[in-house]
Amino acid sequence: MSPSLHLLRRKAVNIVMLTLTGLCTLIAAGTLVFILGYLFIHGAKSLSWNFFTQLPTPVGETGGGMANAIVGSAKLLLIASLVGVPIGFLGGVYLAEFGGSKFSFVVRYVTDLLNGVPSIVIGIFAYTVIVLPQRHFSTLAGGLALGVMMIPIAVRSSEEFLRAVPVSLREGAMALGASKSQAILTVVIPAAKNGIITGIMLNLARVAGETAPLLFTSFSNRYWSPGWEQPIAALPVMIFTYAISPYEDWHEQAWSAGFVLLTLVLMVNIAARLLLSKRKHVAR
Amino acid sequence: MSPAKPMPASAQQAPEPDMAPPSVNMAASGEPNLAAESATKISATDLNFHYGSFQALHGISMKIFENRVTACIGPSGCGKSTFLRTLNRMNETVRHSRVEGEILLDGQNLHSFEVSEVRRRVGMVFQRSNPFPKSIFDNVAYGLRINGVPGGGSPSRGELRDAVEHSLRRAALWDEVKDKLHQSAYSLSGGQQQRLCIARALAVNPEVLLLDEPCSALDPIATTKIEDLIFHLKSSCTIVIVTHNMQQAARVADYTGFFLLGRLIEFDETPLIFKNPAQKETEDYVTGRFG
Repeated sequence: MSPSLHLLRRKAVNIVMLTLTGLCTLIAAGTLVFILGYLFIHGAKSLSWNFFTQLPTPVGETGGGMANAIVGSAKLLLIASLVGVPIGFLGGVYLAEFGGSKFSFVVRYVTDLLNGVPSIVIGIFAYTVIVLPQRHFSTLAGGLALGVMMIPIAVRSSEEFLRAVPVSLREGAMALGASKSQAILTVVIPAAKNGIITGIMLNLARVAGETAPLLFTSFSNRYWSPGWEQPIAALPVMIFTYAISPYEDWHEQAWSAGFVLLTLVLMVNIAARLLLSKRKHVAR
Repeated sequence: MSPAKPMPASAQQAPEPDMAPPSVNMAASGEPNLAAESATKISATDLNFHYGSFQALHGISMKIFENRVTACIGPSGCGKSTFLRTLNRMNETVRHSRVEGEILLDGQNLHSFEVSEVRRRVGMVFQRSNPFPKSIFDNVAYGLRINGVPGGGSPSRGELRDAVEHSLRRAALWDEVKDKLHQSAYSLSGGQQQRLCIARALAVNPEVLLLDEPCSALDPIATTKIEDLIFHLKSSCTIVIVTHNMQQAARVADYTGFFLLGRLIEFDETPLIFKNPAQKETEDYVTGRFG
């Protein structure tokens, strides 16, 4: 092959590859933009103040909102945090600060496996542990399922942020007479605080959109849920129910619910990024 | 803090005759008048230190004299930092490490104390300044809050304020930070951060201050400030400084030890080390023939 032909071939390959990779990037980013735009157009259209304040209306009546599902999601996430955050955070502290290398390896491996368990399987777990013995769906069961889903990422993110605290800070504390646990409590954890909180927020935002584990744990509810022992509505489950219904009006509401859920998740994400970006300047 | 132990006054230790069996390391210079004018604060005898299977220190015997500045010099990896870190038992935090030999603090075995007491009495400043991500005030107050005040109990607000001001003054930093005590320590310059770390170490009133290449990341002006500080501090503190900078050792130290490959080659008064070393290796190093 003559040199000029060789060069031509290289240029051609270059152009093809550039087009191909660029196109794929465009599709990847475009999908998100498309979803966001579509959700905005459909969701914002029928979004009204009533959506946030009213209960769902009976079949056949138009109007109404999803106030109970918004509160329901909040309650489920509260229980999920009570389960997932302490276990995840303290587990992360142990792995980062005290775990031997072999044991930590095993635990890390197990948490990664847990992270890969399909959410519906975790739903079955909560169903077996709480719903079956009690013989009714409950908020607690749904919260537990979401909490278990939070654990692996909570452990790993806490561990990572604690490990990122420089050894020099631990040494500095210990050189002043602090014991290892004092150093962890008074220097390492405060230094990693923003990162750990960010991890938890992103984690919450992630499970806020989970539907499968709620379907047969917290089920759903057309009314306010009076306590923690009763079935409760949640935004993702409402989206599911409304979207597969035969009523045009419900479809509109499902779009609105999707829009609200996505907005909340995005807001949490942005807040988390902001928190993380200023973690180097922790003043009193 | 552990309940008050009877601290042997350092004067009691001075007459101990067998403190320096003329080890191989010191053979040449002997130990002429080293101890004549000052009491021994710390004495290390036949110190070996292992990181796993690697032996970093070989039979180090050295004395640190009270209210004097002792410098440890030598090429990278010669064990001078390791030696420094055995003096406040900081090396214990390294996994699979092992120490042999004896270190006496005021004549008492260093390992007979609670480790927190050792660290309080023997303060340390690191190569890279490592202020905590807290305010300037909280950085200096940290040791007092952790250790409590002498006599027990946690320090009152007034006590803390006074101690923080006093320590910052001793570290010659007060005038620069007095109006922004509650700002983050990261708002300070590199040299100021290092002096903050010195203030933080001074706050718990250490008897000995270990400085591990405190100026290696600083510009000449900040370095001068730290050296002035060392000069002033030695009236109230015993200082051991590890440095790569031989001029610095010559400027600040009363005594200098030269380390090579984990051994203490020579230990003597600083002028002798630099002007009239007894060992060939020392001469080669201080004249810049290697290292």
